[in-house]
Amino acid sequence: MKFHLIGVNHNTAPLDVRELLAVSESRLPQAVGELVKHPGVEEGMVISTCNRVEVIASGAHPSDLRGFLHSYFGVSPDAIQSHIYEFHEREAVRHVFRVASSLDSMVVGEPQILGQVKEAYTVARGLGAVHSALEALLSRAFAVAKKVRSETAIGSSSVSIASVAVQLAERIFGSLEGRTVYLVGAGKMAELAARHMIGHGAKRVIISNRTYERAVDLAESLGGQAVPYDKLYETAGQADIIVTSTGAADPIFRKEHAEALLKGRRNRPVFFIDIAVPRNVAPEVNKLDGVFVYDIDDLQSVASTNSAERKKEAERAEQIIETEVDRFALRMKSLKVVPTILSLQEYCENIRQAEIDRIRGKLGQISPEQEAAIEAMTRGIINKLLHTPITTLKSSAANPEAETIHEMIRRIFNLDAKNLDSKNLDSNQNNGKPKG
Amino acid sequence: MPLFWLRVALSLYAVGLLYALAAVWGGREILTRITMPAVGLGMTFHFVALIENAMGTGVWTPASMHELESLLAFLLMVFFFIIYARFHATAPGLAVFPLVFLLTASAALGANKAIAPNPLFVSSQWIYIHVGLIFIGYSALLFSFIASILYLIQEKSLKSLKAKPGAFWTRLPALAVIDDIGYKCLLWGFPFMTLGLIAGAMLGEARQGASYFLDAKIALSIFTWILYVVILYTRWSAGWRGRRAAYLATFAFCTAVLAWAANSLSHTHRFIVP
Repeated sequence: MKFHLIGVNHNTAPLDVRELLAVSESRLPQAVGELVKHPGVEEGMVISTCNRVEVIASGAHPSDLRGFLHSYFGVSPDAIQSHIYEFHEREAVRHVFRVASSLDSMVVGEPQILGQVKEAYTVARGLGAVHSALEALLSRAFAVAKKVRSETAIGSSSVSIASVAVQLAERIFGSLEGRTVYLVGAGKMAELAARHMIGHGAKRVIISNRTYERAVDLAESLGGQAVPYDKLYETAGQADIIVTSTGAADPIFRKEHAEALLKGRRNRPVFFIDIAVPRNVAPEVNKLDGVFVYDIDDLQSVASTNSAERKKEAERAEQIIETEVDRFALRMKSLKVVPTILSLQEYCENIRQAEIDRIRGKLGQISPEQEAAIEAMTRGIINKLLHTPITTLKSSAANPEAETIHEMIRRIFNLDAKNLDSKNLDSNQNNGKPKG
Repeated sequence: MPLFWLRVALSLYAVGLLYALAAVWGGREILTRITMPAVGLGMTFHFVALIENAMGTGVWTPASMHELESLLAFLLMVFFFIIYARFHATAPGLAVFPLVFLLTASAALGANKAIAPNPLFVSSQWIYIHVGLIFIGYSALLFSFIASILYLIQEKSLKSLKAKPGAFWTRLPALAVIDDIGYKCLLWGFPFMTLGLIAGAMLGEARQGASYFLDAKIALSIFTWILYVVILYTRWSAGWRGRRAAYLATFAFCTAVLAWAANSLSHTHRFIVP
């Protein structure tokens, strides 16, 4: 295994730092392209969500990833050094499994992350940046995530960001019954949040998106109402809850906007749920009386106070992951012996073919039945002879002496010799033949 | 003044006091469960005590400070249960229970001596209407004040995100509910306060003429009423909530307390003849 991973997440880096490293969906292919061009990187992919930026590579020397992170984002190494984590080999595998299984999520067990990892994988694969080793890692990670979800209760009950948002809204408004929700940006997370709130009684949904058609589509599917983006400030006052999730680089709602909004609402409270990174709502808005702003990190801190129940489930999930990491490591190691087994089989098959060819002349005319019998007998001999070496090779993969056994078998059968042709074999056999 | 039932009520109110204290220091589940029945029962005995008092003396007279305290405590409890029934909110109890306990304790443990009531007070039926209405108004104002404090606490905890699970403010009602409680209390209390003041003014006018209104206590009472109007007005016109509303409510409440305390300074409005 030569997996390496470098990244930042909601635990290690504050929003300000994650904002610096965030890669937008449109820039993702370019970032992956740059990554695999980086010296020492054979395969690579980049996961960038509002909670994390992960650069995963296979074949890279550790320092290469560091270099990539710093050169690609143009961020001075010192400034973010303390926020970065790095994992190698086994640790990297574990981390990828944990991320895909939503154990590393802000809201542990929330289901969106798996989809986000899958999207990142699809992009990288489409570019040819993921093929052999990372392919194996990611497809295993998806299987592990599925296993964790089905074997633990981690994904059940109120665990998603949407539920945390609803929970907070209920602490402000009592109930969502009859409330109006405004989506600024029509992303998937916003949609999920809106659906959740409708499920809890929210009466009206208004959607404003830079691409108006997208807003109309979502409005149709949610039974809401689309509003052109340039009418945003005029209409926002109607909403009790505003969910922002646009890719805007600068805040959409600043203090003066929020003040105007409050005035229009005669100071009735407004609840901003800002799931965008970079943030869509300026932090100082939260200082206003009657305005409550929760960004993605705040939602995290609320979520983390949630039940011990999920903690228990998370522990079970961690155990599953531990076993899966072991299994994967074993598989990666046994993959190493596959070429040896193949060349061992090829070597013997060549001998068999050569011997059959040699004897055929002496036998003269033989019936198809006899021919089949010879085939079966020679194959049987080879298979029986090879059985023990091959099983030893396979089972030794996990043992410390694996390397020695591996090496010995290659040397005994001279598997590293370039030419395994019959001529070579002949001379070998002649040499080996007792005289007389 | 027969005190037995009042003392029974007091001991039950003590549960409420414990509840309020324990809530602040990370409440006990068991207390939460027994508090409502206990203070409800306390209120019932309190009612018995008031009736018995009235029957015993033939006619209930708001003759002493202690009797007034007892009546006010009872009204506060009634108010608390109305809010509890309407909003399922126990949080106002955090402030009301200790206050009710103190008022009742003062009434139940205070000197049980015969007092010559102020003849001015017992000479007219109007006095009952005046006292009853004003007390309901005071209770409403107090609850509105408590609600605005709770509003501030809840708002702060929502903004600071520091609410640990189990901390008492995580059990506060939702912000909108607290807001509604405060507003409804003001609305309900306003007519009582107004009519109570009118009744008082008519009494005073009849007895002393215009000079009555120059008295400190009377002036403060009228000032309280004006503040009451200001709170309602800012609420109606500008939707004042949160900090600004809480400052106003605090100010109004302090004025009301001053007006109550001004009894001892007043020349014309005293419960007892000096």
